[in-house]
Amino acid sequence: MTAFKPIAAVALAAGLVLAGQPATAGEITVVSWGGAYTKSQVEAYHKPWMAQTGHKIKSVDAPNPAAPIKAQVKAGNVSIDVADVEYSDAVRYCDEGLLETIDPAVLPPAPDGTPATEDFIDGALTDCAVANIVWSTVFAYDAAKFKGAEPKTIADLFDVKKFPGKRGLRKGAKPNLEMALMADGVPAGEVYKMLTTDEGVARAFKKLDTIKKHVVWWEAGAQPPQLLADGEVSMTTAYNGRIFNAAIGEDKPFKIVWDGQVLDFDLFVIPKGAPNKDLAMEFIKFATDTQRLADQAKYIAYGPARKSSGKLVGLYQDGKTQMAPHMPTAAANMGNALVNNFEFWADRDSELNERFNAWIASN
Amino acid sequence: MPTATDTVAAGDLGPLTTGDGTPLKTALARATRRARLKALFLVAPLLLFVIVTFAVPIGQMLYLSIYNPVFSDNMPRLSSWLRAHDVAEVPGEDAFKALVLDLTEARANRTHAQVGTRINYERSGATSLFKSTARKIKRIKGPPYKDQLLALDAEWGELHLWTVMARAAAPHTAAFYAQALDLSYDAEGDIVRAPENRRIYGHLFLRTLLLSALVAGLCLILGYPAAHLLASLPLKYSNLLMVLVLLPFWTSLLVRTTSWITLLQSQGVLNDMLVSVGILADDGRLQLMYNQWGTVIAMTHIMLPFMILPLYSVMKTVPKDFVRAARSLGAGPVTAFLRVYLPQTVPGIGAGVLLVFIISVGYYITPALVGGSSGQLISNQIAFHMLQSLNWGLAAALGALLLGGVILLYWLYDRLVGVDNMKLG
Repeated sequence: MTAFKPIAAVALAAGLVLAGQPATAGEITVVSWGGAYTKSQVEAYHKPWMAQTGHKIKSVDAPNPAAPIKAQVKAGNVSIDVADVEYSDAVRYCDEGLLETIDPAVLPPAPDGTPATEDFIDGALTDCAVANIVWSTVFAYDAAKFKGAEPKTIADLFDVKKFPGKRGLRKGAKPNLEMALMADGVPAGEVYKMLTTDEGVARAFKKLDTIKKHVVWWEAGAQPPQLLADGEVSMTTAYNGRIFNAAIGEDKPFKIVWDGQVLDFDLFVIPKGAPNKDLAMEFIKFATDTQRLADQAKYIAYGPARKSSGKLVGLYQDGKTQMAPHMPTAAANMGNALVNNFEFWADRDSELNERFNAWIASN
Repeated sequence: MPTATDTVAAGDLGPLTTGDGTPLKTALARATRRARLKALFLVAPLLLFVIVTFAVPIGQMLYLSIYNPVFSDNMPRLSSWLRAHDVAEVPGEDAFKALVLDLTEARANRTHAQVGTRINYERSGATSLFKSTARKIKRIKGPPYKDQLLALDAEWGELHLWTVMARAAAPHTAAFYAQALDLSYDAEGDIVRAPENRRIYGHLFLRTLLLSALVAGLCLILGYPAAHLLASLPLKYSNLLMVLVLLPFWTSLLVRTTSWITLLQSQGVLNDMLVSVGILADDGRLQLMYNQWGTVIAMTHIMLPFMILPLYSVMKTVPKDFVRAARSLGAGPVTAFLRVYLPQTVPGIGAGVLLVFIISVGYYITPALVGGSSGQLISNQIAFHMLQSLNWGLAAALGALLLGGVILLYWLYDRLVGVDNMKLG
């Protein structure tokens, strides 16, 4: 018996050391959209958090970070701790019981003491998600391709006579239907009302029919700037930040048309049963505080989801470009803008995407 | 069972026995059984592995295509009411009472939205109907339930909603198969063809079969001479060529597919070349990518090794003398090929075509990347419902139909050509 004692003591000590380890240096997996967007999050959120807490972050890219969540939760084998998802997905997944609920009361207040629930923009906090940015789908063109008149309105995206060339569109019903209706002259305020009717949907598809032959469909956010750069398309819808980074960051002759933009939130969510749930929550609290959200705008042209961050947004990382006018929420860009209606999409996502898929598959 | 004494009693003309008197037949059966058990014991780990990692998960997944208990589990009172009654019109107070009680409970358990999503598969708008009603359900205090619920939202008074709920009340459903076959239920609950602008899967199944057949055909045309060359060259050259066949086989699928994008896109290498030598005008560039030609070209390239390898292994065994003999007996080159060489390579052709066809039918990465809209296959829709729409029931139904179709084709092949004739290498 005595012979075992030292061994037992060593084993106990080793056990204590091992048990103590997760508390000192954990690792969480954060899934986001890749490209310039993930880079902005790594610079503004991940690096400072890792430096401050000593924890590690494994950053993973996905064309849509929401996609793997259901499979992982249903299989009971969750590897994602934090995912950056779109509004309608955040709501839908929360409804399906696939996400942990997040109490907004634990989020840090603004520097002046305003509680988080009032500091975030309306709609930026839901039962299961905390928004970090406001982004928008815009359309952009290669200025080198249009020497004379340049596209000015959303109608020009659908006008292949006046502005010849291929078009890039996101493969999916959202937000093509909205943009088609706006291009057809429907005011932004009436778009969703019209899309709940059969005539409205038919009208949107009829408008899409006019350019169907000229469309190159994209899926990942990094594709549209690439399609423009390759000359594969002359105009494409895109996430505004991606075009900003190509135009300002990489000096491409790309221009954004803000008319008819569709605004949306990106939100952080925690899948149900995430392996490091508490640490994930710590990360979200850190990443969505006033300073961090403002910092992200230094790297990509997406608007912070907190009102108190707005004042802190300054220059782009090149040190000379003012970010404010490039934000989708800048007054000059909001002339004809639509805010994505998540309830509409939570209801009609399956129906309209089925119809969209049928439309796309028929020649 | 005859014993040793029986055998002896039967006399010298009785059946043959072993040394200890056991009939030979029994001893033989015992020995083979023992050998068979031993063999079973040896393959048991593999069998178990295949069952656990392959048969069970696939079976479970396919079961989802007919089984969805979300509604019956979370709305127990209403489900049993609906199972007990025939819904020919909007029901009365009883059913509404069950609905209100279930919805109150579902709200407390936070499952009301899942129930709404289940109904939303067949009726758009149900998600928000269930959510908004559940939010306000506390306002309903005691009977009459029906009037109060209809006052909250008049949609609860629609027959179609009730027929959808009546079907969802049974955990086993044919609704996903109906949808996968472009069918739907009308307000009375009868099966009809889906409205034309929502029919998609039949069309895609057909396209998948046609494109896969085309890819298999092109692979055969391109692969046959290549395999013949490999089989007839001296070893030192053929080994080198074999590396060229295998090299793409070892390269990542994504790398190969994206290289095709570089080559074939309208500002790509091929188009640039054709424009610079003047065959094409700059504004008349060919659209070789993001349509079904993109899918066909890239898939043919990716599938080629699956055709060449079985062909090669068969051709290697065909004696060269036969063709020479045919020629010396006066057959022309075409006749010698068609009557002597080709029939001997049929097992390889069968194996290659079947292999390429079956792999192509389930392919989805390549069509997703280079297929644009007209080059999408049914597997892209399955992936869509697995990952994007989260309608796993429908994904499972589509997968089951695809699997059934492939098995059917395999059976047909067996009847027409015979699987015994196939040689995989």
